[in-house]
Amino acid sequence: MTYAPGDRVRVSARSHQGHHRTPGYLKGRTGRVERVRGSFTDPETSAYGGDGRPERRLYLVGFAQTELWPGYPGAATDRLLADVFEHWLEPA
Amino acid sequence: MHDHDHDHAPITSDGEPPAAVRARALERLLVRRGVVSAEDVREGIDWLVSRTPADGARLVARAWIDPEFRLRLLADARAAALETGLDPGSAPVVVAVENTPEVHHMVVCTLCSCYPRALLGPPPAWYKSLAYRSRAVSDPRGVLAEFGLELPAHVELRVLDSTADVRYLVIPARPPGTEGMSEDELAALVTRDSMIGVAQPVAPAAASA
Repeated sequence: MTYAPGDRVRVSARSHQGHHRTPGYLKGRTGRVERVRGSFTDPETSAYGGDGRPERRLYLVGFAQTELWPGYPGAATDRLLADVFEHWLEPA
Repeated sequence: MHDHDHDHAPITSDGEPPAAVRARALERLLVRRGVVSAEDVREGIDWLVSRTPADGARLVARAWIDPEFRLRLLADARAAALETGLDPGSAPVVVAVENTPEVHHMVVCTLCSCYPRALLGPPPAWYKSLAYRSRAVSDPRGVLAEFGLELPAHVELRVLDSTADVRYLVIPARPPGTEGMSEDELAALVTRDSMIGVAQPVAPAAASA
């Protein structure tokens, strides 16, 4: 499943043993695809001597800070932007 | 010096921190196995410490005075760095984001310490600290205030968590009172912290009023 800018996506809440680049505080959270970064080697295999193939598509995903943190003290428009690999995203 | 009263062996400062011991053991092993040479390691360190925030500051200053270059820097910071003779390093993608009166960006790597080292040199110790890495995402305005930057409520704050292959460089807003300054003079105002997004450059105090 590929995504385009503007798509609503949810970060998978699954746990993962070993190296991965999906921060825990984003797991299960819903955001919006801002940009498609391109395809990059997969850190989940390259970290263990693999070649990182197949490459994984990487997206810049934006989240409302007020949805990430209960009682977020900043402004309602504040956002958190993170690069998330496609296999960690689900349609929302 | 040692003003509490329980017994333990003296804690001496000549013992290496555990992380340094581990890194040295790993290096020895990699050299012995022929994965890298000691020369490769030395060259890597030389390259890293040869880079300084002055490199990134040159890009920012040029973007401030050259609107065409600004657009190229925002479109592809890697290519823009190469254009000015800077080595953008091994990160596949370098993205420049621009602070404006409406939007402020700050950068963190919550997972480790990803940082645009080729353009800014080694990251400061606080950037790698657990406190910054956790609070920069959950209470970024509080962190900015501690750096002395009170962000007005109407400014949208965007925190960039560099979780993967992209490295971020913040182009701070050009401070008022810098009209007519040269590119070199402007570059001297662009601090490391302003390119991480935890500070704003300020114009030099007006010459004796």
